[in-house]
Amino acid sequence: MSAPTMPDSPTVDAAEVARFERLAATWWDPRGKMGVLHKFNPVRLGLIKEAACRRFGRDPKRLDSLAGLRLLDIGCGGGLLSEPLARLGAAVVGADPAAANIAVAQQHAAQSGLAIDYRVGTAEALADAGERFDIVLAMEVVEHVADLSLFVKRCAEMVKPGGMMIVATLNRTFKSFALAIVGAEYVLGWLPRGTHQWDKFVTPNELEATLERHGLKVVDETGVVYNLIADRWQISTDMDVNYVVTAEKAP
Amino acid sequence: MTTATNTRTDILIAGAGFAGLALAIALKQALGASFAVVVADPALARSGDDPRASAIVAAARRLFETLGVWHEIAPRAQPILDMAVTDSRLNDAMRPTFLTFDGEVAPDEPFAHMVENDPLLKALLAKARAENVTLLNTAVADFAAAPDRIAVHLRDGTTHAARLLVAADGARSSIRERAGIATHGWDYAQSSIVTTVRHERDHHGRAEEHFLPAGPFAILPLKRDATGHRSSIVWTEASAEAERIVALDDAGFHAELEKRFGLRLGEIEAVGPRRAFPLGLSVARSFVAERIALIGDAAHVIHPIAGQGLNMGLKDVAALAEAIVDAARLGLDPGSPVTLDRYQRWRRFDTMVMGVATDGLNRLFSNHSDALRLARDVGLGLVDRLPALKQLFIREAAGLAGEVPKLLRGEAL
Repeated sequence: MSAPTMPDSPTVDAAEVARFERLAATWWDPRGKMGVLHKFNPVRLGLIKEAACRRFGRDPKRLDSLAGLRLLDIGCGGGLLSEPLARLGAAVVGADPAAANIAVAQQHAAQSGLAIDYRVGTAEALADAGERFDIVLAMEVVEHVADLSLFVKRCAEMVKPGGMMIVATLNRTFKSFALAIVGAEYVLGWLPRGTHQWDKFVTPNELEATLERHGLKVVDETGVVYNLIADRWQISTDMDVNYVVTAEKAP
Repeated sequence: MTTATNTRTDILIAGAGFAGLALAIALKQALGASFAVVVADPALARSGDDPRASAIVAAARRLFETLGVWHEIAPRAQPILDMAVTDSRLNDAMRPTFLTFDGEVAPDEPFAHMVENDPLLKALLAKARAENVTLLNTAVADFAAAPDRIAVHLRDGTTHAARLLVAADGARSSIRERAGIATHGWDYAQSSIVTTVRHERDHHGRAEEHFLPAGPFAILPLKRDATGHRSSIVWTEASAEAERIVALDDAGFHAELEKRFGLRLGEIEAVGPRRAFPLGLSVARSFVAERIALIGDAAHVIHPIAGQGLNMGLKDVAALAEAIVDAARLGLDPGSPVTLDRYQRWRRFDTMVMGVATDGLNRLFSNHSDALRLARDVGLGLVDRLPALKQLFIREAAGLAGEVPKLLRGEAL
């Protein structure tokens, strides 16, 4: 794997980027190390699509339900979310600070015949360039950023009037320590050890206050839990571990 | 391999039987014109000599209603209004009835309808055409799965790059074999003789299953037509005996038939073709492989004792259609392991349960032990006296128990 090119930035933690570089090659193998993300994908995609269809008055049953919407996927990794969202018609920009992730994502999108604008870079680089989006996604990202408030501020700037931002992350509770760190990384071996640092997890209150402080209105919050018997992730009112917050900007 | 054409398609279905056609229709209706569905079958223009009829249970009927084909079949569908199960030796003059079911799952909703296979298949084929399913009169020759697509080579020389290859090519599925999926199960050394019987008196919608020592003998009511009252029979014998009986001349066949059919419906006459179908229990070790899903008989063949074979195939259809449609509407790959795992999880356990249950029924009933007969008669008698248990059996048999895919609940995808 090539050496990472690291944009110098106050919101990116260098050690975190290096960890993900090592994983990049396995992004698209549903049976591999990223298998848990592939299983998680339908639930979070469903949440994003339903929220966007409500916000923009789209028919969620159509195969082009997101046609024409400009969407930013921050921390896009190997493109696991960017690709399906592009297939639904969104004009997707995928950004990730790890060059190896972007290389994997670009190669795979070409193979899938999808035009996705992938960029090695950070949220603030895009914000500095004056980019604007109907939908800004930060899925499983904020628990890895160095400065939450600055990150959310720069993301919020990029949301067009009438647009929306969706944030998915891990709560900082005893349960999330037990499940996401001890369970997922050490017992089940779903995630490589060191994927998450519990003290960087964010509570819904902290996240929602930060979103509101930067001009977004929180319209929905929901938990996502793993059903051990069905081996499936599902929507829940339980936000103790994984949760998703949707916020909108006034038109 | 260089081929004349290399068409990109979403789903390629091998086999234009009930399961293959129903899946194709469901996908086109849910996902629209931009979603390409191809069905390939060398026997697309079938000759119409299938003597069999099928019990379409309530859940399967809801699926056909949702797909918009039930109204085509309804005029020829005979509701099963009542079921009787008896247990006897061949020479018993009287066959005491131990178990009766009033065949309704809900008020005005019969437990099942008897439908002849040929008109049902014709209605499905016409609907598939109307929904712009691409129908090809050819077979799958070979295939090669790649990480994101599967190259399917057809005998007509064309190659299709599909997201998913669905094997709906029957009990001896060549795709299952080529994919290296083993089956487990066994041969019962029994065959079922199937034919249609015309009889003097009205059956009043009553289905009968007589557990004779050689195997079950079922009389299943068909819709009355211009020729009079009719029933379909499924008559199980040891395979050699079944072969002997179907080969008899009309008079000889009639004599054997009359011994088993009884006198309740008056004078009888066997009409139309008669054939013996060997029975076996066979369940594929996996219902999926890379970029491949098995449905219908390709995935499982069970004992026809409870009339659940076709209905299980339609459960596969409903589950796979829902998994594919949900994935496609999220922009996800309909042939990915995640989609296929969902289908497999949904169907395989249920299939094993049904396979084991029908196998157990057959073993319990196909023998000559008087002690066993007494035990099972007590069992059936007990079931008969417990309405709640009977209702559960009926709902299970009608395919309405457990986590039910939308199409089987009569909901569109």
